[in-house]
Amino acid sequence: MAKRVLLIEDEPNIIEAISFILSRDGWTVHVHADGTTAMAKVCAQPPDLIILDVMLPGRSGFDILRDLRAESVTAELPVMMLTARGHAKDRELALRLGATQFMTKPFSNAEILANVRALVGS
Amino acid sequence: MPPRQLTGARIRARRLDRGLRQSDLAKAVGISPSYLNLIEHNRRKIAGKLLNDLARALTIDPGALAEGPNTALIDVLRLAVADAPESEAELLNAAEFAGNFPGWAGLVANQARRIAQLEATVTGLTDRLTHDPQLATSLHQMISAVTSIRSTSSILLNDGSLDRDWQDRFHRNIYDDSVRLAESSRALADYFEGPEEVGTRRLSPQEEVARFLEENAPDPETQGIDAVLADAALSSAAAGLILRDWLLRGAEDAKALPMAHFEPAAREMTYDPVALARRFGTGLATVLRRLAALPRGAGHPLMGLAVCDAAGGLIHMRAAAGFALLHGGAACPLWPLYQVMSQPGRPLRAEVRLPGERAARFLCYAVAEPRGMTGLDERPVLEATMLVLPDAPNTGAAIVAGGPGCRICPRAGCTARREPSILIEG
Repeated sequence: MAKRVLLIEDEPNIIEAISFILSRDGWTVHVHADGTTAMAKVCAQPPDLIILDVMLPGRSGFDILRDLRAESVTAELPVMMLTARGHAKDRELALRLGATQFMTKPFSNAEILANVRALVGS
Repeated sequence: MPPRQLTGARIRARRLDRGLRQSDLAKAVGISPSYLNLIEHNRRKIAGKLLNDLARALTIDPGALAEGPNTALIDVLRLAVADAPESEAELLNAAEFAGNFPGWAGLVANQARRIAQLEATVTGLTDRLTHDPQLATSLHQMISAVTSIRSTSSILLNDGSLDRDWQDRFHRNIYDDSVRLAESSRALADYFEGPEEVGTRRLSPQEEVARFLEENAPDPETQGIDAVLADAALSSAAAGLILRDWLLRGAEDAKALPMAHFEPAAREMTYDPVALARRFGTGLATVLRRLAALPRGAGHPLMGLAVCDAAGGLIHMRAAAGFALLHGGAACPLWPLYQVMSQPGRPLRAEVRLPGERAARFLCYAVAEPRGMTGLDERPVLEATMLVLPDAPNTGAAIVAGGPGCRICPRAGCTARREPSILIEG
């Protein structure tokens, strides 16, 4: 059964590109673009991996990550955070909140694919 | 060394420039060479006829010999030392340095101002980059567009099995993202461009208006306000509003006290604001502003003016002969301008004496009055106005031991001090 990836991202073209890459690699990709309802989506059907953008409409990715780690059903879920801000403090915050991986935009397709494979495989 | 004692040094410097021997100059003015020597080494004060005679013999204006160094310049030099504590500049000799080497002192002061401007610019830019939501949004849009373009173009380049529909779709996405990227880039370029050049601090709106008023002295009584505003060509709408407000106020003052009547009355009453207010039946603040607006070059004494709000924020300031108040809440609280706030409506006259070697004296008249009409159940918005006459004759006014601002004030034991002075050890 194909591993499920939930992509929480609001940029349509980024969604399309990442979805295409992961789908071609055998992943089942679900997409959610709204930060305020993301937790409900995750809890309804927990994926194998969450790719979570930081800047989302409604709630930030950091807030969602905090909630994910507070819920027992999602506390151990692998979470890869994406951000356009490469400040060290953002990286530190993400890792402190429990992100499994932190990637800054723009990234290469090979990089995101390699990280997804490593995270779900680990 | 007090400014007046530098007269001796100036006499000596001028004599040497003229190639005169001490004995020749002494003979020319009818004094002994030994006495002249004492004068040149600042051991004897001179004034009046002897000073004029020496000035004539040295073919120089007497004022140039007697004039103290620019006190505002000394303040800047002291602030420069305060901002560079690692330097070994002799703080207490700032006045002597300014007096003996005015050119060099001016250069140091200009360099210090330039450094302060550059630091303020850098700080401002850093704050903008860190906190400006518009900037953050633009950057985010740019990076998102670039991310999408990179991923999408990589797919097109590397996936040889892509069907036509997907190719068209991704090509369209790249095009859309490139348009978005162009718009974001343009927005960022517009954001960073503008009248402010890197390394140049743009004057605040108040500073810009103050400079315009000082350089142009517009007369709202004879000039149309709109014409003045159009000619002013100020750099911001805020400055335009401030200037308009001041000009409107000036027009109201002119209507209440037309200069044709006010000017001769001011001379007659030796510029006594209270007497003038009684004569014309107007508020004291109006008279103070009108006195400061007396035409220049008409033989009136030079007068400074300061107006502030209840928070001490300077609304308007016209400097005069060594009088200037520091902006940003850094002024000395003992100036009558601030003292009158505690007793609205009650005029205050005081002679402010600055400390130490400056020994500058300023006769001040101040009053705090409500701005505009106070409505029922409203608290009045107070505004304080202060007229300053440098070196005015002794009027018997109460003497206030004021200062240039706590940070650079040498007055020890002042109960109004709010921060340590760089001029006082410990």
